[in-house]
Amino acid sequence: MGKSLKTEIMTINMGPQHPSTHGVIRFIIKTDGEIIHECIPDVGYLHRSIEKIAEAVSWQGFVPYTDRVDYLAAMNANWAYCTAVEKMIGAEVPRRAEFIRVIVGELNRISSHLIAIGATAMDLGAFTPFIQLLREREYINDLLEMACGARLTYNYISIGGVNWDVPPNWTEKIGEFLDHFELAMEQMNRLISYNRIFINRMANLATVSAETAIDYCFVGPNLRASGVKYDLRKDIPYSVYPELDFEIPVGEGREGAVGDCYDRYYVRAMEIRESIKILRQALKMMPEGEFQGKVKNNIKPEAGVAYVRHETPRGDTGYLIQADQKTSPYRLKIRTGSFTAMAAIPELAQGVFIADLVAIIGSLDVVAPELDR
Amino acid sequence: MLIESMTSLGVPELVAQLIYAGLVAFMCINFVAVYAGLISVVERRVAAKMQSRVGPNRVGPNGWLQWLADGVKLILKEDLIPAGADRLLFKAAPMIMAVGVAASFAVLPWGPAHAIAADLNVGILYLISISALVVIGILMAGWASNNKWSLLGGMRAAAQIVTYEVPVAMGLLPAIMIAGSLAVSDLVNAQGWAPWDWVAFDNPFAMLGFLLFLTGSVAESNRTPFDLTEAESELVAGYSTEYSGFRFAMFTLGEFANTWVVGAISAAIFLGGGLVPPILANVPGAAVGVFILKTLFMVFVLMWFRWTLPRFRIDQMMDFSWKYMLPLALLAFFGQSIYFLATWDSLVAQSVVSHLMVLIFLGVFFVFINRVLINYRHQATVVNSYKTETDYLVKTGKIVLAAPKEAAADSSEQEEG
Repeated sequence: MGKSLKTEIMTINMGPQHPSTHGVIRFIIKTDGEIIHECIPDVGYLHRSIEKIAEAVSWQGFVPYTDRVDYLAAMNANWAYCTAVEKMIGAEVPRRAEFIRVIVGELNRISSHLIAIGATAMDLGAFTPFIQLLREREYINDLLEMACGARLTYNYISIGGVNWDVPPNWTEKIGEFLDHFELAMEQMNRLISYNRIFINRMANLATVSAETAIDYCFVGPNLRASGVKYDLRKDIPYSVYPELDFEIPVGEGREGAVGDCYDRYYVRAMEIRESIKILRQALKMMPEGEFQGKVKNNIKPEAGVAYVRHETPRGDTGYLIQADQKTSPYRLKIRTGSFTAMAAIPELAQGVFIADLVAIIGSLDVVAPELDR
Repeated sequence: MLIESMTSLGVPELVAQLIYAGLVAFMCINFVAVYAGLISVVERRVAAKMQSRVGPNRVGPNGWLQWLADGVKLILKEDLIPAGADRLLFKAAPMIMAVGVAASFAVLPWGPAHAIAADLNVGILYLISISALVVIGILMAGWASNNKWSLLGGMRAAAQIVTYEVPVAMGLLPAIMIAGSLAVSDLVNAQGWAPWDWVAFDNPFAMLGFLLFLTGSVAESNRTPFDLTEAESELVAGYSTEYSGFRFAMFTLGEFANTWVVGAISAAIFLGGGLVPPILANVPGAAVGVFILKTLFMVFVLMWFRWTLPRFRIDQMMDFSWKYMLPLALLAFFGQSIYFLATWDSLVAQSVVSHLMVLIFLGVFFVFINRVLINYRHQATVVNSYKTETDYLVKTGKIVLAAPKEAAADSSEQEEG
């Protein structure tokens, strides 16, 4: 019977409406039973031509669009774009504004990592950590709402500063939240990060060596998980990060090989701790003063190109803008971490189980709108 | 009794027996339906509590009629059969699943050991075999749906349930050896009302058997961490992806009813069933109450697993059964035999061992509760408090908080007085 039994590779379409593709991403997977032979990511379902829209709106008017590039870390996107424009027009940013930017940026980094961690846990079947982490994120949303009135797409950071000053009791609120959150995060680690089933699922899965990570242009936590200590906040310092004391956590092969899914997951958990450290320092160091530098309402930069790289939660986000003495950019290009991470999935997903593919997507922290722009 | 009274009225005995069986089946099926509905609300509320949510709270008092609303909604939905589906199998699958679960209620006790719908002398064997009928339903559903995700779910279900049948049956062996019978009523009566008389605490091997049975049962009832068949983040909804309306309701009903089967069997065979202390022996309903409490506790433990643990991967799940649970089940079996030989003559030794087991369990339980309290305290750290709202206003002199000072003064006066 063995020879007459016909077997064939089964092609399954995963997405774009699949529950665990984190937005609208499609994977065409060719499987032999449960084992994936080939996985072809199909991106572009969330393409909104944000880069083209930039050519039609004013310099300041593009800030809300950067919110939509990465809705989980809108502050960091705002910040990166505004820094690029500031670099181009040579605007000064007041010191208080820099600290406010660091604080909102780190708060948003925490909230983005919470989603990354929680969504990974949920993809692996643990629903409770996700909801518990969403609750913590809700407090962060409240804090950001206090600062700027919005909870998801902030449009808070402006060219030359921030749009509004923060409320007077904001720092106490953040301090109170951090006291609560440090304990809550430890609790979450006990619930999911140190869970044996979870570790068995994540350890030694889709190991990315440092060379492969660099070859695939991995950035941010994905790169650091492979053992490469590279963080733009330290290596190409911007804003007031040089004054702050924090560590860059890297993957150490905590439960398996260096650069496996667990490392990618756990680096984010450790980065949250570092962000808490940064926040505590920044809250102490934040001076009084202006929150908005002197920038003309109608910006018309000289012709030229500016490229700014910022460390957002999904890694090195680059904004390349080219100006030609107009009130809107001549060309704008956004470089994001999700896109390059996505490119590695065909290689990482070879010979793994379908359930593992979900874990790999989760650990790479791919966010669909950032992927397609 | 009912049969006798009917035959005395001139009804043929076969007809009377059929009527009796029909009545019992009617009661069982209705119990299954109502229980499955209610437990779905309970589960959602338990899950909500664990996740800092509210849960269903709109339909009926505190949301306790949510299951009726869900049921009505599902019945009113269109019954969709996908194109290319095997219509006969597609329609039969939910029924087979529900029948498999409902049929196991025949040998479940309902409190007093003799209150069993059909006290078969091979009750446990019957239960193990009839609950395996569920897998056929799932496999049929997965195959007939003409959907690749469903097919994967069905394949997983077949592998999973066949694998876990073995440790479940082996885990029951220590209890069967202690009672010396396969009939559920004998298994219950072999125990006593006190925890140290329960099979689970009889000796370490029986405890091991109980834990294996519980783990395996979770796997057999397709609940997290073994819910690979419907892993919603991997297989969309697994075998039930293409089902809608009442057929989907049948699957859900089967799953929720299965929790009762697992809980009732655990309670009856390992946790003393409905046996009550002699003082309560004549109190009506005491046995039923004790039994239902134990069962619901076990059901709660299942929910607890479900909302705490992540999911296994298919190969890890198989490894877990064949490499760990089966050897442990064999250990429990042989250990129990050797324990029997060692303590056959000495009732004192048996009593000491079982009392020690209970003590150890209480110790573990105490440590566990302590951990829960620590976590609870962590959760209770205040965020967004009133103090941070008012502190800066007081500092800048915009408001004066008079009331708390007076309250403090009052309390100090009272203390002095």
